[in-house]
Amino acid sequence: MTAMVRTPAAAASALRGRIARTLTYLSLVAATVVVLLPLTVVFLTSLKSEREMADDSGALALPGDLLNFSNYVTAFQDGRMLMAFGNTAFILLFAITGTVVIGSMAAYAIDRFTFRLRKPVLALFLVATLVPGVTTQVATFQIVNSMGMFDSRWAPILLYMGTDIVSIYIFLQFIRSIPVSLDEAARLDGAGAFTIYRKIIFPLLKPAIATVVIVKGITVYNDFYIPFLYMPSEDLGVISTSLFRFKGPFGAHWEVISAGAVLVILPTLLVFLFLQRYIYNGFMRGATK
Amino acid sequence: MAHTTHRTHAKEKVARPAAAAPPPPRPAAPRAVRARKLLTPWLFLAAPLALLIVFTYAPVANMVAYSFTDWDGVSPELSWTGFGNYVDIFTRAELFQVFLVSGYYLAASAVQIGLALYFATVLSFNVRFRSFFKGVIFFPYLINGVAIGFVFLYFFQDGGTLDSVLGLLGYESDRAWLGTSASANVSLAGVSIWRHLGLNFVLFLGAIQSIPGELYEAAELDGASRRQQFRYIIAPGIRPVLSLTVILSISGSLAVFEIPYIMTGGATGTETFVIQTVKLAFQFNKTGLASAAAVVLLLIILAVTWVQRRLVPDDKVDLV
Repeated sequence: MTAMVRTPAAAASALRGRIARTLTYLSLVAATVVVLLPLTVVFLTSLKSEREMADDSGALALPGDLLNFSNYVTAFQDGRMLMAFGNTAFILLFAITGTVVIGSMAAYAIDRFTFRLRKPVLALFLVATLVPGVTTQVATFQIVNSMGMFDSRWAPILLYMGTDIVSIYIFLQFIRSIPVSLDEAARLDGAGAFTIYRKIIFPLLKPAIATVVIVKGITVYNDFYIPFLYMPSEDLGVISTSLFRFKGPFGAHWEVISAGAVLVILPTLLVFLFLQRYIYNGFMRGATK
Repeated sequence: MAHTTHRTHAKEKVARPAAAAPPPPRPAAPRAVRARKLLTPWLFLAAPLALLIVFTYAPVANMVAYSFTDWDGVSPELSWTGFGNYVDIFTRAELFQVFLVSGYYLAASAVQIGLALYFATVLSFNVRFRSFFKGVIFFPYLINGVAIGFVFLYFFQDGGTLDSVLGLLGYESDRAWLGTSASANVSLAGVSIWRHLGLNFVLFLGAIQSIPGELYEAAELDGASRRQQFRYIIAPGIRPVLSLTVILSISGSLAVFEIPYIMTGGATGTETFVIQTVKLAFQFNKTGLASAAAVVLLLIILAVTWVQRRLVPDDKVDLV
């Protein structure tokens, strides 16, 4: 019975609990507003006409016609976004395939073989994670240039493939959980090292491959620095650099720039909504490598 | 996350001896077979190693070499200048100034880690619409940097999003947010928080959720408050991730490039170290000086990493 009687102290703590709960939700709602407001305003702006932008209705005013997609047409045609998506897709395809093949091969060699210099090789990969890519571009540029790849799509492809050590780690971590007895059974059946890699290891790496594809895909899709440095030609614009070029010709036309930005963000949003769980796991593994 | 790591480690303990054990001696293996066996791992490693050396180690070596010269990146002539470039970086005020800009981003990282910890803690408990809030806080991290730059150029623009919102709240401002050095750097650092908070948050959340739930139950039975639960259960549980985050934040603050380059191009005192290096190398053709700057940045980042590994000897950081 006594437990049922509410003492003043218990009432106070219940009140405090309710206040704390309210404050928690308030902070979450505030964060949501901070994240979504700038994006929403840009989306609304992308639907406004030039005239609406000129009158002084302010950034938060709703567009008159919610189905006015003319800015998107302008962005696609004058901003050459279609070509940009094509170039990005081309680079994505080769860079991701290369990363998966190279990363899984390196991990297979390091984990499944004992050979001299295994430790130094491992150290070489390990130390390389400490070198941030932005710092070395001054000299990397000279190497890429001397290979004659400057201003071609192969420069970023090779750079994305060759400097991704995090993927190798993800594969290494995963390959260890594949029992060695599988390799041995195949070897007894007469399979060589390459057959074991292709027929046994590679198919079993699927979850790791999914992680690498997603993380690498988003990173490459968003990268600005490398295409900006290595592909100055307008015809070779990827989505980042093409969007960046909106700054000049569309200088004050915020409705067109906004449409371009929305076009770039939309695929990311769709991928995120469909692959949420993989994305969280992928970036967590990638960052804590 | 820690949980999965433990699992892999456990499995590894089982698998490792089998892998490390020398292959059973086969009687009189022909020499050709043995040579092929020795060669096999190198066949798999050839491409990865070649790429690693060409695109990571060769540039580092070249960069160090360039940094002692006055090379312009084009002409075949270059002359040895000793430590001249390094002396320039630390004595010429306009070159050194970029380090001060990093201060803004460093401060922003502190705020960012605090916010990420707060939201991760809050969302690790039962909250309604949890996955919605989680997604909203994380999503900015996935957005293209150029798009973010434009979104926030419009946000800070005269009569843009921020001014309109302040107007709604009854505060008329006609201040150019990106107009003065301090204001512009604070604004850009704010954008950086907006963009990067999500990753820290998800890392912390993962670490908190890998703490076994019984610990909280036991603590609650013992009458521990939420704050005490944070202090004695959550805080120790996320220490490895926290130290990793701190290190990434410090090197990240020094290597800021995209957001300021896209939004201001480094104008009004917002030039960062990397913007300056890129300009030196690719606009002013001062490859020697730019290389020296890059070497300094690389050394700072290596030093920071080294200090962190000494302070937090952490088995989770290297998995190999």
